[in-house]
Amino acid sequence: MKTAVVVFPGSNCEHDVVYALETLGGSADLVWHRDTDLSGYDSVVLPGGFAHGDYLRTGAIARFSPVMAEVNRLAASGAPVLGICNGFQILCEAGLLPGVLLQNRDLKFICKPIHLRVESTNSILTRAAQVGDVLEIPLNSYEGNFTAAPSELASLESAGRVPLRYSDASGNIDATNNPNGSTNNIAAVSNGNVAGIMPHPERAIELILGSADGRILLESFLESKVSSHV
Amino acid sequence: MADTTTVTVNIRRRPSISDPQGATVARALRDLGHDVSDVRIDKTIELQVPPGDADSIRAAVTEMCEKLLANPVMEDFEIVINP
Repeated sequence: MKTAVVVFPGSNCEHDVVYALETLGGSADLVWHRDTDLSGYDSVVLPGGFAHGDYLRTGAIARFSPVMAEVNRLAASGAPVLGICNGFQILCEAGLLPGVLLQNRDLKFICKPIHLRVESTNSILTRAAQVGDVLEIPLNSYEGNFTAAPSELASLESAGRVPLRYSDASGNIDATNNPNGSTNNIAAVSNGNVAGIMPHPERAIELILGSADGRILLESFLESKVSSHV
Repeated sequence: MADTTTVTVNIRRRPSISDPQGATVARALRDLGHDVSDVRIDKTIELQVPPGDADSIRAAVTEMCEKLLANPVMEDFEIVINP
């Protein structure tokens, strides 16, 4: 599988994503947001950062970057499409994922390792994991507070499209271990072959940097095949 | 006739969407002794567009709002065409 890692003006996690995917046996290239041909790729990552300065709303302008026509085409063709942090915000703005990411409940930029509990393995992020696994992954965001219309939330929950929630180290999920106010402690959302995650798995692939728990998530992504629809 | 028409777009979070910034400002105002039950902080965008009839300006700006300026998941918008 060859992955296009999209670079918007203001992206800043693209090199980490390429490094992580290649460390895990994948093959990845950086592609500029003005590129209009991703025909050589069968998967996409939208990395973290501050695309277009986060002006107007996070992801609002990136959504109309020229490359997004190709991202939409690949998503429609069943190719794995993953948004991490700002990439998650872009996928929400683009309508490829439901909902929106608001400012953190306490209006603080959160940059620290947090725990996530695997809630479903039916996603391109968690197919190789086990329900109940607890992962330690860095969170690094100001707008990480996921919310959606009540009907959309209900359909996400009833369809098991919440692969990861914020938890404590033992996997308990409640308001006391919700770092940013995200509805139902939602840390990731899945929509068939598309997924978004707020914390950064690419920053947790080597123990020397504190945690290798992000591996299972990116390995899941690399194992996802085009049109497998998980 | 003016070269351009000024259009003001007020973008407001839906009442059901929390506004952490507004809540923080409300707390600060109460700390200062003011009787304030709620604060919502919204966005105002001012556009200069070619003059024309109000209906077509409104249609064009509505499209701008629906496509880019507002996020229908969380925001409502109001268009004011200045005379």
